[in-house]
This record gives sequence, structure tokens and C-alpha cells, in this order.
Amino acid sequence: METWNLLEYAAWGVSALLALYMLVDWLRVDSTYSEDVLTSSREGELEAITEEHHV
Amino acid sequence: MADIDITSKDIDGMGPHGTKVGLLRVLGPAHIWALGVGIVLVGEYMGWNFAVGKGGAYAALIACWVAGILYTCVAMIDSEVTSTVAAAGGQYTQAKHIVGPLMAFNVGLYLVFAYTMLEAANAITAGYLISVVASMTGYSGELDQRPFIILVIMFLAWLNYRGVLATLTFNLVITAIAFCAIIVLFLSTSGILGGGIMQHAALFEGHELPYGWIGVLAAMHFGLWYYLGIEGTTQAAEEVRSPARALPFGTLAGVMTLAIAATLTWYLCSGVLPWEYLGDGVNGSVAPLFDTARLSGSTGLLWFLGFGTLFATLASANGCINDASRAWFAMGRDKYLPGWFGAVHPRFRTPYRSIIFLVPIALIFALGAPLDQVITFSILSGLLEYTFMPLNIIMFRKKWPMGTIKRGYEHPFHPVPAIVLLAICATVFFAVFLGYGTQLVAMIGFYIVVSLWFHFWRYRFVNRGTQFTMPWPKPAGY
Repeated sequence: METWNLLEYAAWGVSALLALYMLVDWLRVDSTYSEDVLTSSREGELEAITEEHHV
Repeated sequence: MADIDITSKDIDGMGPHGTKVGLLRVLGPAHIWALGVGIVLVGEYMGWNFAVGKGGAYAALIACWVAGILYTCVAMIDSEVTSTVAAAGGQYTQAKHIVGPLMAFNVGLYLVFAYTMLEAANAITAGYLISVVASMTGYSGELDQRPFIILVIMFLAWLNYRGVLATLTFNLVITAIAFCAIIVLFLSTSGILGGGIMQHAALFEGHELPYGWIGVLAAMHFGLWYYLGIEGTTQAAEEVRSPARALPFGTLAGVMTLAIAATLTWYLCSGVLPWEYLGDGVNGSVAPLFDTARLSGSTGLLWFLGFGTLFATLASANGCINDASRAWFAMGRDKYLPGWFGAVHPRFRTPYRSIIFLVPIALIFALGAPLDQVITFSILSGLLEYTFMPLNIIMFRKKWPMGTIKRGYEHPFHPVPAIVLLAICATVFFAVFLGYGTQLVAMIGFYIVVSLWFHFWRYRFVNRGTQFTMPWPKPAGY
């Protein structure tokens, strides 16, 4: 078996590991934190807190 | 501002009590530059040369500079609006605040499609490049490109999932290397350092404009490739430490970098490769800068430009994942899409669900769709987005005149850039219609159908009262 054939298998394997990592972490986060916390992000936070807008 | 309490607990997101977990503000101007230039630079390494096929070398140069004017207008307008509407979603968020929900929904989809298709195209290209490396190193069999295409998408999605700082620092390094490769090739082959190999006069003689001015018009379609994606800098607006400074600086520095890189690329490749070969990006010169390096006879340049090509491809795919996920996330946060997509990872502070959701979509297009169709859909979505920008800035200046809100950057000569942008967009639409009329009509039909779906069904779920979170005064006339 040539090096490039091994690299093909390695690419399949690493891809599967990365996908597995993301899936496991996703499920772990979703089961640890409430939906209220995870989806609490709001835009404009920086402006609301630190900047003053005077007309 | 007088009638809005920005620290109200009752108005969604208008105070420090809204966000428990938000995107992380860690980026600086260099990351913005890397995001914008990183997405685009692959267009210098391959793709732009189709413009040569449409109208010859001079037509490609004219297209390069006219497209440069288009994108300079885009960068100026984007810098002003986004340094003021500093939130994830970029042009989607601009449209939401300035034009209206239906425009915002459409612009959001343009962004997600443009970047996801471009990501798929980059992954296909990376797979092809790896197969070229395999054959160059003596591999005699037929390399299966699929595992490498999947690896590119998975690795970059994982990087994006883990955090924006590492993602865009990675982009900064590989984009800088890819840009330096073009500079070194120019210095080495143009006669500045050592002997030059440029043969412009001989190659151009008798082929100045082989298809006349209609060829120049047709070349405009591919002239966009020199810069397509620089507007993606706006997607990082919610993750930069100082939006008012970093966004204009990074975006405008980015478009200047690209103008230099595009002109050098044209000069290098058109001075070495015959226009018939250069203009055929399928059976002729797939990667013109790499081909120029090969003709230089230098092994060092060959490897440098080989890595440059691969790095430019990876940087583009990486930036596309970043941008598509921010646009999808922002639409989810406002309930233009299911609110589930508006989640932020509590540790990595990234829009992790949006990143994961877009992975299989990119894989489907990367593994199952032809490259030219994928790229055409990406370009057309981008073009629709650019057409929206002039309308956006004119309405922005009209609703919030100068002096009524703080702007990070005020672009000069308004409304000249908006009018120029609109005129060039109309020209490019005609150029696209000449070559890809069916796809153009099909895509506009698609956006009409999804607009009807949004208007008659999805809009009822939108956070109508809480989506306008900028602490601005009411617009003039309201």
C-alpha cells in the first residue's frame, strides 16, 4: 500500500474524529446548560453598555 | 435617544441584563484584514483567468480595475454602516435596521448561500490540489479526493467551533504567506531581482482585444473573482474589540491589498502565459500563478506558490465558515430562522449550532455539485448583495443624517459611491446574463419563492418588537 493510500485512510479517520468531537461536545453543552442561557445573546450589547449616543 | 432606556430590563437586549452568554470580543484590525483578504485571495490564485478567456488579457485588466472600483465602493459603504451597526450578521443586520424585514431575510440568505457555496468550491479545489501534489510526488494511481475534501471542511469547522481568535489568527498567518508568495514571485520574475521572464509585448501582439468591447463586458463577470468576499469583514462586527476602529481599518486595508495583489497577478500571468491557455481555467491554466512559478524554472518558487495556492484555498474556506455561521446565527437570534440557531457556546463563545448545521450542507455541495455551478451560485448571491448596498446607504443617510448618531467612519463623496456601485452592478448583471442567463433567472426565481414563504409564513415568528436593539434615535420622518 502506497503512502497516498494511507493518507486517504488517515483523512477519513481524522475527519470522523473531528465530527465526533463536535457532536459529543454539542450534546454535552446542550444537556448541561439551559436553553435560556445558550440563546441569551443580544446584539448591540457593547453600544448599550459603553457608548453614549446623544442626539 | 431620549425616549429609549438602554438599560431597560423590559426591552430585549438593550442593557447589560440581556446577554448571559455572547460572542467574544477579542479581534483586532489585523484579524479583520485576514478575514476579508483570506476569503478573497484564492480568486487571485485561480478563477480570475476565466476573464481572459472571455475577452483577452487587456479585458481581464479592465475588468480587474472596474471590479476594483465596485469593491472600493462596497468597502467604503460597508465600513460606514457596519462601524455603526456593529453586530453579527453584517449586511443582514444592516438591512434589518435600515430597510426592513423582507430585505433582511433575503440579504441573510444571499450571505449564507454565497459563503457556503464558496466554502464548498474551496474544499473541492483543495481536494484537487492535493491530487496534483500526489501526482507530482510520483503517485501513479487515481487519488480519491473525497476524504481530503471532507477533511478540509471538518478541520476548519472544528477550528471555527473552538473559537474565533484561533480561527482568524490561523487565517492571518496563512493569508500573509499566500500574499507574500505573490510579491516574491513578482520580484523574482519581473526583472527587479535577477533576470525577468516577462514577454508582454510578444504575447499581446495581435491579441489586444480578441472579441472587441463585448469581450470586455463579458469579462466583467469574472472580474469579481479578484475581490469577491471582502465584504465578509462585516460579519466579525460583534467580535472585534473596537468596531468603530477595526472594521473600517481592516476592510479598507483589505481592499487596497487586493487591488495590489490583483494587478500584480494579472501582470505576472499575462506576461508569461499565452492568453488562449491562460483563459481556459479548465483544460488550460487551472492555477495561473502556480503555472507562472513553474515557468520560472525555480524549484523554490514552485513550492512557495504551491503552498500559497493551498493556503489561499484554506483561508477562503475558513473565512467562509466563519461568515456563513455568523449570518445564520444572527437570523436565528432574531427568529428569522428557528431561534435554536441563535445559541452561543458557553466556553468557546462561538455560534456552535450554526457552525455544525452548515457542515453537512457544505459537504453535500462539495461532494455532489459541479464546481462551476457552485461558484456561479456564489457569485450571483454576492452580486444581489452588492445591489442592495447602494439602496441601503442612501436610506441610512436619509433616516439618520450626519450628526444624529455616532459613526465609526464616514465615507466621502456620498452619494457618488452608491451611484457608481449601482451602475457597475447593473453592468455586471448584464455580463452574467450573457454567460449564465439560465442560472441568473433560476436564482432570482428561488429568492422570489423564499420571499413569499417568509412573507406569508415565517414572518409571524420574527421577534418584531425586540429585533431593533441599537440605541439610536428614531429615524428622520418617523
